[in-house]
Amino acid sequence: MTEAVKIKLSKKDLESDQDVRWCPGCGDYAILATVQRTLAQIGIKRENTVFISGIGCSSRFPYYMNTYGFHTIHGRAPAIASGLKITRPELDVWVITGDGDGLSIGGNHMIHALRRNMDLKILLFNNQIYGLTKGQYSPTSAIGTRAPSTPTGSIDHPLNPISLALGAGATFVARAADTDAKLMGAILQEAYQHKGAVFIELLQNCPVFNDGVWEAVKDDPAGRQIALAEGKPLVFAGGTKGITLGPGMTPQVVDVGDGPGKTPVSEIMVHTERGSMLYANLLAQLVQPDFPIPMGVLYRHDKPTYGELATQQVDDAIAKQGQGDLNKLMYSGMVWEVGADGTRH
Amino acid sequence: MAGKVRATSLGSEGKRQSMDTKHLDRVVIRFAGDSGDGMQLTGTEFAKAAAEAGNDISTFPDFPAEIRAPAGSLFGVSGFQLHFSASEIHTPGDAPDVLVAMNPAALKTNLKDLIDSGTLIVNTGAFVEANLKKAGYASNPIDDGSLSKYKVHAVDINHLTMAALDGSELSNKEKGRAKNFFALGLVFWMYGREPESEIRRIYQQFAKKPEFGEANVKVFKAGYHYGETAEVFQTVYKVPPAVFKPGMYRNITGNEAIALGLVVGAQLAGKKLFYSGYPITPASSILHSLAKYKNFGTMTFQAEDEIAAMGAALGAAYGGSIAVTASSGPGVALKGEAIGLGVMTELPVVILNIQRGGPSTGLPTKTEQSDLSQSLFGRNGEAPLPVLAAKSPGDTFYCAIEAVKIATRYMVPVILLSDGYIANGSEPWPLPNLAALPRFEVVHRTDPSGYFVYQRDPRTLARSWVIPGTPGLEHRIGGIEKDALTGNISYAPDNHEKQTHVRAEKIARVAQDIGELDLSGGESGDVLLVGWGGTFGALRQAQQQLAAQGKQVSHAHLRWLSPLEPGLAKIIHNFKRVVVAELNMGQLRQVIRATFLIDAIGLNKVQGQPFKVREVIDSIEKQLDTKHTEPAAVAAQPLASA
Repeated sequence: MTEAVKIKLSKKDLESDQDVRWCPGCGDYAILATVQRTLAQIGIKRENTVFISGIGCSSRFPYYMNTYGFHTIHGRAPAIASGLKITRPELDVWVITGDGDGLSIGGNHMIHALRRNMDLKILLFNNQIYGLTKGQYSPTSAIGTRAPSTPTGSIDHPLNPISLALGAGATFVARAADTDAKLMGAILQEAYQHKGAVFIELLQNCPVFNDGVWEAVKDDPAGRQIALAEGKPLVFAGGTKGITLGPGMTPQVVDVGDGPGKTPVSEIMVHTERGSMLYANLLAQLVQPDFPIPMGVLYRHDKPTYGELATQQVDDAIAKQGQGDLNKLMYSGMVWEVGADGTRH
Repeated sequence: MAGKVRATSLGSEGKRQSMDTKHLDRVVIRFAGDSGDGMQLTGTEFAKAAAEAGNDISTFPDFPAEIRAPAGSLFGVSGFQLHFSASEIHTPGDAPDVLVAMNPAALKTNLKDLIDSGTLIVNTGAFVEANLKKAGYASNPIDDGSLSKYKVHAVDINHLTMAALDGSELSNKEKGRAKNFFALGLVFWMYGREPESEIRRIYQQFAKKPEFGEANVKVFKAGYHYGETAEVFQTVYKVPPAVFKPGMYRNITGNEAIALGLVVGAQLAGKKLFYSGYPITPASSILHSLAKYKNFGTMTFQAEDEIAAMGAALGAAYGGSIAVTASSGPGVALKGEAIGLGVMTELPVVILNIQRGGPSTGLPTKTEQSDLSQSLFGRNGEAPLPVLAAKSPGDTFYCAIEAVKIATRYMVPVILLSDGYIANGSEPWPLPNLAALPRFEVVHRTDPSGYFVYQRDPRTLARSWVIPGTPGLEHRIGGIEKDALTGNISYAPDNHEKQTHVRAEKIARVAQDIGELDLSGGESGDVLLVGWGGTFGALRQAQQQLAAQGKQVSHAHLRWLSPLEPGLAKIIHNFKRVVVAELNMGQLRQVIRATFLIDAIGLNKVQGQPFKVREVIDSIEKQLDTKHTEPAAVAAQPLASA
């Protein structure tokens, strides 16, 4: 056996010949560049890679990737991707969606793709606004968001994409900011290796309709982000602050250190990607403005994918019943012969 | 019909009795009872026995949407009509000759259909005050003389069932459930059916619960022996075997046949079948069948909703599978946007619509043909696609194959229409010679040189089906209008108009692969009866009866609704009148009027029930009457209730 030759690709090899049409300053540019660079580093087979999207600004993504791509309809990308992945398990199928596409009109498909542990890599660009339709508030917009459809402020509570993904049953859940190429690249590398439903929330800036929505988080990574690392304590602000669990299992921010009013680092919660669902949900509840936001891989779990089980059932049926014989199938049930005289024999 | 002959019948105790045997050409029997009474099973089993005896058969199960409606209620009555015959038949029969009524509600709702002097078997045990009241009877019809024009056989099936199971360890409730087998045994005896194979079938069906199998067989035998010994039944009726074309046959329902057709269609295309669906009446049983065919490489997917079922089918088609989804009208409405995406991206998907009464939830378990307009026009934008309809249970097999062929050959979503009547009805079906079915092997392009996404085959206008995994042919497709050659996004005015025309022309060209028009009668005459789908049997029989009387009536059955059968244009102007018969308010008639600019007349019925042959004949006779000067119907004219 010869060793598999790693395909040498550059970022350029993954760029299609189409002009990118996002607004100047859109966070999507940075995400596109990181995805292209990372997949080139991985050395993917372009022909075995498919990007499927719904509708919205982010959903134009497949046109710019020099792979197979399918720009579908609003919210339905996970369903279309599921049909492809079930029937073509050898393909790497990526789903590109946004907070409106994936959590509002397509919320049902999102839940069920994750629940089934469909082997899809879902990138959700969360900018807390509808961009392509000109700025209406989205299911992740903060309460009170003033938008053309909510001139006096939105009155519905935002949903938490990470909580939703965990609750639905995603087996790889991560978060990164659009401009953090290093972290996003590392997460994409891990996600590529994961078998099962990947859900990555990308904090993305819309400079036209919701400029700066993640500014506080992105501009102060030390103070407003927790860089998750396996086996390491949940600390931030240069290790001076950390997270502990208070009464009623309430997470709280404490000053880390020895001495009065401080909590020794040994008492700070320690991150593990393969922790309990309870722990992962706790991480998901660390949100602005009371907490710094956890960035990196929040949760990981291995279990059979829908595609594996579906293929297995077909293989088992063939092993048990033999390769389907059409004649036998046609002749099943009550069968009789009519003879040359036209009557039953 | 035929003369009486003396015959002997051998009882299982070896007792010999002299009996009259009367030969009949055909019988229509209806079993009616509570939706929990097992009438569908009784009917199905009796149909099997008729098929086994070599009769031609046609069945019509007619049941409420409620799974177990309150006992004794009028709306909870479930019926199963069987037409069995010594000659060829096309329909389950207009009116029953025999009615088996298991309770007052069943009698009340079905008696109006029974022919005058018809045979009526009533389960007197259920004719108690509470049930009579629920059915709205002020007095017991069995005693009050109101049934005098029928041959009434009053049998206390409840009591006889319990008596047959005396000593059984089953609970009284469980014993009572066997009563449908008493009715079955009784009609087995009445029509001289061989009980042995039924007994075998009961044991087989209840193999996992042998105590129930044993009880049902006991009750079945009790019913059979009751017929034999009770003096009220003096005649055994014999319907001799029908004459069929030689060959192998099986009994099949529309949904069974459509599932087989899809499996065979995929094999003829040399591809794997992917089927996605969401539970809906009356389409669900197709998913149930296909889920059992995994050893054919068939993959089935119960999606989270109708939209996802359509979406998954598109994804599978994009990946190179024979992709199929099925639903009924409400579900197809939900799939509409995704079907449009299939039209735009030119992917081959087959969409089955097993129609039921609408609008909205409508009549889930009743039949109607009211989704034709939805199929033709029910998408945003100019989104034409091929539409065909099956005419009978067995025909769904061939329609499914044809749908797969056209979808893959023309790279387009195809809608195949069936309906509740076809889906649940059954008929003896000559098994096809699989080796003789023409293959239509699918070829995926793999050559990268000179490839453009929307480059088209000159004959079919289909784009190449390039699937992911093919090196050098990476490309992007999507729902935004595409350049007519490269497939890149294009908002150019002329390009959109060009693409719109090409998508329409592609559908028009499907006509080159459509066979001859199914025409019965001459190519000109007084009346051309035009129909489509499951009304075929009633319309064809009506035309044949009228033609036998020398009337200048022809019947054109349209298998393809989009594009319209090319053969129709050649003859439609040769008739004085054109009658379009449909179980809707005139959806095909609108198309025919618009296409041919003729004053087509509608014969329309929206009662959730199929046409009766009589209704069709009456309507055509009216048109044949030269003195009849009533203007052609513009709005639909519902039939007066029969």
